[in-house]
Amino acid sequence: MKPFAYERASSPKDAAAKAAKTPGAKFIAGGTNLLDLMKIGVEEPVHLIDVNGLKLDTIEATDDGGVRIGALVRNTELAADTRIRRDYPLLSRALLAGASGQLRNKATTAGNLLQRTRCPYFYDTNQPCNKRLPGSGCAAIGGFSRQHAIVGVSKSCIATHPSDMAVAMRALDATVETVRPDGSTRRIAIADFHTLPGTTPNVETVLAHGELITAVTLPRPVGGVQLYHKVRDRASYAFALVSVALILQPDGGGRVALGGVAHKPWRKSDADAALPKGAKAASDALLAGAETTHDNAFKVTLVERALAATLAEAKETSA
Amino acid sequence: MKFDTPATTNPIDQLKVVGKPVDRVEGPLKTTGTARYAYERHDVAPDHAYGVIVGAGIAKGRIRSIDTARAKSAPGVLAVVTAENAGKLGKGQFNTAALLGGPEIQHYHQAVAIVVAATFEQARAAAQLVKVDYERTPGAFDLKTAKDKAAKPKDGDPDSAKGDFAGAFAASAVTLDATYTTPDQSHAMMEPHATIASWEGDKLTVWTANQMIAWSKGDMAKTLGIPKENVRLVSPYIGGGFGGKLFVRADAVMAALGARAAGRAVAVALQRPLIMNNTTHRPATIQRIRIGASKDGTIQAIGHESWSGDLPGGGPETAVQQTRLLYAGANRMTATRLAVLDLPEGNAMRAPGEAAGMLALEIAMDEMAEKLGMDPVEFRIRNDTQVDPEKPERPFSQRQLVQCLRTGASRFGWDKRVAKPGSTRDGRWLVGMGVAAAFRNNMNMKSAARMRLERNGRVTVETDMTDIGTGSYTIIAQTAAEMMGVPLDRVDVKLGDSSFPISAGSGGQWGGNSSTAGVYAAGMKLREAVARKLGVDPSKATFEGGNVVAGGKTVALSRVAADGELVGEDTMEYGDLEKRFQQSTFGAHFVEVRVDAATAEIRVERMLAVCAAGRIINPKAARSQVIGAMTMGVGAALMEELVVDKRLGFFVNHDLAGYEVPVHADIPHQEVVFLEETDPTTSPMKAKGVGELGICGVGAAVANAVYNATGVRVRDYPVTLDKIIGKLPPIG
Ligand SMILES: Cc1cc2nc3c(=O)[nH]c(=O)nc-3n(C[C@H](O)[C@H](O)[C@H](O)COP(=O)(O)OP(=O)(O)OC[C@H]3O[C@@H](n4cnc5c(N)ncnc54)[C@H](O)[C@@H]3O)c2cc1C
Ligand code: SF4
Repeated sequence: MKPFAYERASSPKDAAAKAAKTPGAKFIAGGTNLLDLMKIGVEEPVHLIDVNGLKLDTIEATDDGGVRIGALVRNTELAADTRIRRDYPLLSRALLAGASGQLRNKATTAGNLLQRTRCPYFYDTNQPCNKRLPGSGCAAIGGFSRQHAIVGVSKSCIATHPSDMAVAMRALDATVETVRPDGSTRRIAIADFHTLPGTTPNVETVLAHGELITAVTLPRPVGGVQLYHKVRDRASYAFALVSVALILQPDGGGRVALGGVAHKPWRKSDADAALPKGAKAASDALLAGAETTHDNAFKVTLVERALAATLAEAKETSA
Repeated sequence: MKFDTPATTNPIDQLKVVGKPVDRVEGPLKTTGTARYAYERHDVAPDHAYGVIVGAGIAKGRIRSIDTARAKSAPGVLAVVTAENAGKLGKGQFNTAALLGGPEIQHYHQAVAIVVAATFEQARAAAQLVKVDYERTPGAFDLKTAKDKAAKPKDGDPDSAKGDFAGAFAASAVTLDATYTTPDQSHAMMEPHATIASWEGDKLTVWTANQMIAWSKGDMAKTLGIPKENVRLVSPYIGGGFGGKLFVRADAVMAALGARAAGRAVAVALQRPLIMNNTTHRPATIQRIRIGASKDGTIQAIGHESWSGDLPGGGPETAVQQTRLLYAGANRMTATRLAVLDLPEGNAMRAPGEAAGMLALEIAMDEMAEKLGMDPVEFRIRNDTQVDPEKPERPFSQRQLVQCLRTGASRFGWDKRVAKPGSTRDGRWLVGMGVAAAFRNNMNMKSAARMRLERNGRVTVETDMTDIGTGSYTIIAQTAAEMMGVPLDRVDVKLGDSSFPISAGSGGQWGGNSSTAGVYAAGMKLREAVARKLGVDPSKATFEGGNVVAGGKTVALSRVAADGELVGEDTMEYGDLEKRFQQSTFGAHFVEVRVDAATAEIRVERMLAVCAAGRIINPKAARSQVIGAMTMGVGAALMEELVVDKRLGFFVNHDLAGYEVPVHADIPHQEVVFLEETDPTTSPMKAKGVGELGICGVGAAVANAVYNATGVRVRDYPVTLDKIIGKLPPIG
């Protein structure tokens, strides 16, 4: 780990301004991802700005009937919040399917959205990785790629985004609220927040340097049966091979988002539209143009079957 | 003391303390954090510095140049040691590759430097500044392709044959010829390899985590080129080993080199992501099994061939061992072949040989039973043998495999299993049951101990035996208490110090029986010393209730030693009983699994092991060993695999996020039953090993249960959902 400077910001605006001033500065929230990566030399910030004291840790109702989740709300608290459990059970379920109790106690809403991939080559500084060291190549292509993406991949990178929470937020049409170094704020639809790898897999979101996430808002509850189905080799404490976030309405319509298949939470409008036709139609739409490797080709079948099982369970629940 | 005739009645048979499920004597130290592990010995090595090891970034080749200038000038750095300035190093007897690489690199993450600094953070930061320029050379990383060039190993007993295997196999009514693979696996114990090394002049002390004190004292000396007498190794508590700590590894050698260069004690703990490629692992195997049987299920021919790979000079995974002994059959063959691979060095991991071999053999037995239309329990029983099938003049000393299978079947409710696979459904789950035999050889190793009767009447045992979490402290205390007729709380046990008498150490499930037999020998000597002191015939003296009773007199032990402690020291050595009798441990594993009909996710629902493994010295500790081994077997069956990058030549998933082992949620209630057994051929303890038996076969029982649930036969471990999902029936 490289030596670094550490400071606490006094307000969100102050944090953004401070970060913008120092090249190589980073925010630190729960630290459960950033510190791990710093210890092994994958992340090398020279300056850490601690955002834990910024009072961004409340969950509040919004004027339009939704909720605003502070960037620093811990995953445990968010999952246990009565409003979330009642109105957005999908989010609660996705959170509880992630990591472990201890980690969720530390992990924050913003940190979770910005957690980095679990590609093993990304973690090993001896290996080529375009995400860690742009231009060095991608060791996962042609290497061990069982966990890797099957849609939206590029010749530069086939990594997945590992978050469970973000998949639920994608299905719930969340919006990310930020403050920029000049003090201005903006709202970014979650659909546009994470980017595909393209030729710049080192870029993962549309955030500018120094831009701080202050909250994530959810629109008014959409009801329906909400299920999060995470598929993994062991029963707990493992990243998803594939996950399905499903909202099924009584009329058979609904929304579906996937985790474990792409560089971002994956949702397609034509897949939502195809839901009434069943799992095959929806998963064909979701995975159109899939590019698989020898190791991860099984995910295509897995998505379809996991979706079918989730749909069946949702129908049973609503019946 | 020499053990060369079967044991008769002896003091252990009183079973006042031995055989009781007493709690761990060192348990309170561990649960209160006061048992100090190697990396925590600040009490004996205050002011030590910290070392961080740099691992090679390539699998094979040479270091063209290594630039340590930036690291040396980084804050807090006291020394940087590489092959260039380490001085001449030897190689330990038990190591295959050098523990400090350079200029030649033999495997990925082989240590190439240690950076020593005042704080851990400084050492780690500076270690990241060491820049190495490599020249890669091509290597062999794929067992499948290297297999064709594999050779018969020079050492050991690679092949065996009896009768006419080929002829009998060809003539058999029902045959199976199948190939199975097991992947490379990592020990993944909780405590990383860790050492604090300290020099006083030319004398070296290492506080380390090591299973075999005497081997490793020797190898430390050999590697550093110093006399053995100048090395002291101390390892009283070890946070798991599973064979990964049988040998001196880079933490110990690099700490010693770092301490010499820095002129200060140095602490090194291998960083987790380094362990899997830097240290040893269980090698992958390809195994071909052929079984031929007559229609009634009698095996006529059984053949088992195994291929594994290792670095030049390394050894094979002896996966065919059990097939020589487990089932009857007049015509037999086994063969072991070893390929050269440039992956990190392979070596022992819990039940080397049988753990991998039973994974394959016990699926093959399941497949054969199905072909024969027989119940797999009955098929195994049909082919039981009470003698070594290759050398029928050698009987098994004890063999209760049939009893294990029958007891297990009735307790588990095996009769409810539906033989036709894929036919039991419970909601979203496909349900199946599987069985496998458990088998692991017993080994006895020479083992010494010293016992002191202190002036206050307490008994102290000293031996360099190790406790890797297995319960050695407790069973040694029980043995000493039984020998001297004192309650358990009057015994103190001191372990893991090379200044103590040389024990069997912990490995190959030989530690429990062998180390306590050594304590038995020392106890006999101490009893003699006590009797002599009282002027009575030792064979007429009895020891009970803290007293010695002889010639009508009852004297408290504290009085006997009141004017000076008494000492008994001896070594237990073995004659040829092991040759005359085949000593093995047996068991039967029963497993029920549920497989998600949609996603093929596999979850274990119930597990039962019935074991027959000689006298169980402490049923509680033994049960803990067996349930731990069963858990490890679930890992082997369902998730553990060091994935080889065949282009770059290393294990890719080299941390505990990538290398998955079972978590609590994966493990259901586990039941363990020990059958009544005493084996007088093994030692005066009449015990056998039990720590490894529990892993042998259990993975195959899981795989067989998955087959029974789904009808999909997976022959390549681990049995993961991607190998099943494409073959499941459509859903919906
Ligand atoms: C062993 C393990 C298992 C795990 N398993 C799972 C799992 O199964 N599913 C899952 O979803 N996750 C899993 N995780 C990941 C976990 O969810 C993340 O580590 C956590 O959510 C990160 O949150 P944090 O607050 O600790 O982020 P930090 O580590 O503090 O920060 C992460 C990133 O976010 C940036 N950041 C933080 N706050 C802000 C802000 N307000 N504005 C802008 N940038 C910000 C930081 O600069 C940093 O780049 C696992 C983690 C571990 C260690
Ligand atoms: S997949 Fe992406 S993260 Fe993984 S090695 Fe390739 S570039 Fe790096």
